[in-house]
Amino acid sequence: MDNIAGQKSGLMWAVHLSVLALVLLWLFPTVGLFVSSFRTADQIATTGWWKALTAAEQNLLIRAADPDDEGVQQQVDGVWTISGNLFEEDGRPPATLSVWGTSSREIDAYTAGETADLGDGEQITVEANGDYVLTAQEQMSGRGQRVFLTAVIAPEFTLENYQNMLFDPKNVDGMSRAFFNTLTVTIPATVIPILIAAFAAYALAWMEFPGRALLIAAVVALLVVPLQLALIPLLKFHNGIGIGKGYMGVWLAHTGFGLPLAIYLLRNYMVGLPRDIIENAKVDGASDFQIFTKIVLPLSFPALASFAIFQFLWTWNDLLVAKVFLIDATGRTSVMTNQIVELLGTRGGNWEILATAAFVSIAVPLLVFFVMQRYLVRGLLAGSVKGG
Amino acid sequence: MHPALQGLLTIALGVGGCVAYFYLSNQFLDRVLFPPRGPNAGRNINRANMIRPWLFLGPALIALGLYLAYPVVETLRLSLTERVPVPGGQPGEYDYNFVGFANYAQMMDEPKFWEAMRNNFMWLLVVPALSTAFGLLAAQLTDRIRWGNAAKSMIFMPMAISFVGASVIWKLVYDARPIDQEQIGILNALWVGLGGEPQTWLTVPLWNNFFLMIVLVWIQTGFAMVILSAALRGIPEETVEAAIVDGANPFQIFFKIKVPQIKTTIMVVWTTITLVVLKVFDIVFAMTNGQWQTQVLANYMFDKLFRANDWGVGSASAMVIMLLVTPILVWNVWNARREMR
Repeated sequence: MDNIAGQKSGLMWAVHLSVLALVLLWLFPTVGLFVSSFRTADQIATTGWWKALTAAEQNLLIRAADPDDEGVQQQVDGVWTISGNLFEEDGRPPATLSVWGTSSREIDAYTAGETADLGDGEQITVEANGDYVLTAQEQMSGRGQRVFLTAVIAPEFTLENYQNMLFDPKNVDGMSRAFFNTLTVTIPATVIPILIAAFAAYALAWMEFPGRALLIAAVVALLVVPLQLALIPLLKFHNGIGIGKGYMGVWLAHTGFGLPLAIYLLRNYMVGLPRDIIENAKVDGASDFQIFTKIVLPLSFPALASFAIFQFLWTWNDLLVAKVFLIDATGRTSVMTNQIVELLGTRGGNWEILATAAFVSIAVPLLVFFVMQRYLVRGLLAGSVKGG
Repeated sequence: MHPALQGLLTIALGVGGCVAYFYLSNQFLDRVLFPPRGPNAGRNINRANMIRPWLFLGPALIALGLYLAYPVVETLRLSLTERVPVPGGQPGEYDYNFVGFANYAQMMDEPKFWEAMRNNFMWLLVVPALSTAFGLLAAQLTDRIRWGNAAKSMIFMPMAISFVGASVIWKLVYDARPIDQEQIGILNALWVGLGGEPQTWLTVPLWNNFFLMIVLVWIQTGFAMVILSAALRGIPEETVEAAIVDGANPFQIFFKIKVPQIKTTIMVVWTTITLVVLKVFDIVFAMTNGQWQTQVLANYMFDKLFRANDWGVGSASAMVIMLLVTPILVWNVWNARREMR
């Protein structure tokens, strides 16, 4: 189908480049958050994530060793001396510094190897590799000497953010509990509607009864009824029958809201199954129940998978239903989406926390997406385009 | 009980209960109620076959009725009432007094409501149009190259990301730092690089709406692309070949031959995205919560329900969303019925 570009290879190049641009544009924001989740708070705050992969020149503030610590000060030839390596003090890998200074107003006052006079007979010398020697006539006290330096820092990534957000039980912002809450919501809410919908879809596809066309129309209509309408009446209903806010409520709600799509997708698929097979089975004396369980259900596997993926993604990613039907004042049943929104409020600037939290919640749907993409696409086509 | 255990139990009970219901009710029908034996065998078979569809449909109809159909009616009723605590009653006991259209009148008096209406209208104009246009472009371009499927996957990927996750992703893009610091949001980095002053994009009235819309366009483009790409591939090749023979250039082929043939699919994509837009909640809730004039209807409703605790006005605004959805609902039903004939 080389119809747009035809034989013109120049146009073909334009197509390749445009697609590349489009793909990069679409990936860029996600990659940004992904990269940020592997950087320390310092790194995120000082440089854009797009500079994370290149060795970048950074301005750092590092303190020399604390003179009050035991064994730091030594008297050499009557002079009090502190020596060490600045990058080691800061827990960094070796690096090379170009310029440095001792006040925030003049961070580039000296070049590597020069000696700065700090007054009161104190002097400091900093070498390019970060080695420093601090000397004084009298014993030094107070906090470690501040050194501002400009150095080329190699790219560095850390798993610490994930460690903190997932495996630190003391972290109140942690995602582990929310992760299991989300899982607890998702799995029953995905499994239960499938079976209910499959029976209904079979009836709508292969059984003759008065009112069938009307019911199908009703399912199509309910497909687009906004969730918002259901919130208050159902909350009232749940309070009325005594289940209040909790897992049972959210499972029921997700089941109800997922059914129209489930029935619609499955009916569309079942109608397309070969009529011969089903009629032969009927002639052979199989009951509808047998036809359904032995023939139609196994053949409908692709459609069942499509719906399962939709429902899984939708319940995993949902915020509104969980907020209304699940999360009570104690917050113990908070799901990941809700946790992230709360972090956005309380930790708005802490990107290492936000990025990691977001990626913990995005990881599972992305995995499902890439593994089951085929079924997802098939389901979308069946839902939107007849005969697709 | 631990919720995870409760979840497993629910699956077991739910699935087991469904299977048991369907199996036992069918057995009951065939063995006890209308057994296909004896003098009335023929009549019994007919009767059983009349009842059986309703056994199959039963649970689904109950769930649909209770969780979707009844709430529409109930919301309509609540939107005409005012919720007041029962005098001298328990906390949590309420009377619902009929107040006619007072809730609607109160809502119409609120500037926030009109702001939400205006913004929703802008969302309706921009998001479906841009998503469909980008989707069509991506579909047409990727169908023609060897690595097209990989490219499609990448553009389709945001579909799997939650609105909340997408909000965090884009908040980093829009992040702003004071002018003397290095910008860590890509948008401000570019903007400053071009000589501008760093902006807190989400607080600039009117424009911030568009920054929120971009998030949804980013998510929905993949959906549009997948469907339109299938439609493009379904176009009969002869029509395109004939156009080439007639000397049409690539753009003429695309706009005059291909696009008209997938017009209905474009409509389907457009309306589906329109439905998403009308219900958009998470993005606004997570990114601005309706501040700086970015309110939308669904978030306005959530505000009324759970912050102001005003069920009357909340229901009224839900009915407004329903009203906006209704034309699409009618169109969908009409199409579905036509296709079934």
